[in-house]
Amino acid sequence: MSHHLVAFDSVSFCYPDGTEALNGVSFRIIHGESVGIVGANGAGKSTILMHMNGYLLPSSGIITIGDLQLTKKTRQEIRRKVGMVFQNPDDQLFMPTVFDDVAFGPLNLGLPEEKVRERVDEVLKIVGCLSLKDKPPHHLSSGQKSSVAIASVIAMQPDILVMDEPASNLDPKSRRQLIEFLKDFEHTKVIASHDLDLILDVCKRCIVIRDGRIVADGLSHEILSDRGLLEENNLELPLSLQRVAYGNDKIMEGERWTT
Amino acid sequence: MTFDEEYFNIGYLDRLSYRDTVVHRLDPRGKVIATMIFVITVISYPKYEVIPLVPFFIFPVLLITLSDTPFKFVLKKMLIVSPFAVFIGIFNPLFDTRAVTLADGVLISAGWISFLSLLIKFTLTTSSALLLIATTSFPGICTALQRLGVPAPFTSQLFFLYRYIFVLMEEAMRIVRARDLRSFGSRGTDIKVFVRLIGILFVRTVERAERIYNAMLSRGFRGHIPSMRQLRFTISDAIFVFLTIAFLSALRFFNITEMIGRFVQELAV
Repeated sequence: MSHHLVAFDSVSFCYPDGTEALNGVSFRIIHGESVGIVGANGAGKSTILMHMNGYLLPSSGIITIGDLQLTKKTRQEIRRKVGMVFQNPDDQLFMPTVFDDVAFGPLNLGLPEEKVRERVDEVLKIVGCLSLKDKPPHHLSSGQKSSVAIASVIAMQPDILVMDEPASNLDPKSRRQLIEFLKDFEHTKVIASHDLDLILDVCKRCIVIRDGRIVADGLSHEILSDRGLLEENNLELPLSLQRVAYGNDKIMEGERWTT
Repeated sequence: MTFDEEYFNIGYLDRLSYRDTVVHRLDPRGKVIATMIFVITVISYPKYEVIPLVPFFIFPVLLITLSDTPFKFVLKKMLIVSPFAVFIGIFNPLFDTRAVTLADGVLISAGWISFLSLLIKFTLTTSSALLLIATTSFPGICTALQRLGVPAPFTSQLFFLYRYIFVLMEEAMRIVRARDLRSFGSRGTDIKVFVRLIGILFVRTVERAERIYNAMLSRGFRGHIPSMRQLRFTISDAIFVFLTIAFLSALRFFNITEMIGRFVQELAV
């Protein structure tokens, strides 16, 4: 299906202060794909994500979301399709109560009120926050805020889910729940994160960015097990693979300790 | 008073407003209207009136009792803002030295009377405003204002103010803590550093505003904040507003204190 397509064609972007954040980025994400975007701090991950919902427009190059080319005019239409979860949930939750916040997107989409109520309950149940419905966001813990932020985006039933560091505020159990949820989310997913284990668990494909260019694009388990490539990009092997790579020596050491 | 304490103080007022008492359950619109009428009635008295203002204390006292709001808390908040009223009125006794007879030959300058009247008006109006906030959730007040016809740009500003004052204060608290941890006593806490901190806070706020706007746009915001908050104006709300208006107009248009005084006198005779 073409309507869940995300295609970047030699996209470049310069911030107003002259920083060249993206330099000829091209990739094509098809329907149902799950893609992780990794790279060092300041490599351009967030800039790529901000292009996906038209918050930034490319200085040159073409971005196609679904069957629409991203321009000033098509931005609104594209925002309906792309659900974006931001890194800091306090930026995302701007309404006075959890309910109002989750209902914000669906109401803007023009859904009738009963439908909105139903949907709010439904998505809050998915992220396990139904009991927080009437609370103001500043009474929530960081983990709860993150979950509600995700709920507020999936309430719009986006075709494409874009997330920036979704697990950075979560405790291990909530992080695990998020991973399980993401595995079940069948639409297109694009996730930027330093949490390489999460990428490995959730995303089949992985794109490595350095200084605004794509340096690698391929299957996650291949890229994320390439120690040389990762270390060149200020990254390291995911913990789960470290155990495999260095495991034998460690286990032997452990045995020596126990005997 | 440290910054942390102040932060928790605001949080406390907010928590009070989420409790569940008779007063809390009233429709926010009713409470907003009642408070507004109360404030207008109180300030409508001429500046030398003192005695007729006294019965108005029944309103805040009744609200405090019914809503179970800690009296000390309200008092403390009022003391914090009281310097404004005191400074406005403190020169009255100096400039307005016309002598007035109080009772049986006790003379006093009219300035003192207008000063006292001002303080009473201040106490009545601020306490009722505080009680409105302590018994009504802030979003409730905003929605009430919206339904009462206050233009959306104002009410949405209030919504954001409420949402982000906590985030902003937390941010400020973190900056202040970071400064204190590395300033070892007095150095680093002077005004120069303080000015810079304010600057940083401002820049961060602007950046945050941009991120929030981005988040709003990506969820379909096009200049209008939709609301589904339902308010129910029940019979008890109508009774509350009616009683308040009846009580206030009775006090305003009949001199109740004088009537009571005469009644007591007659009894004594």
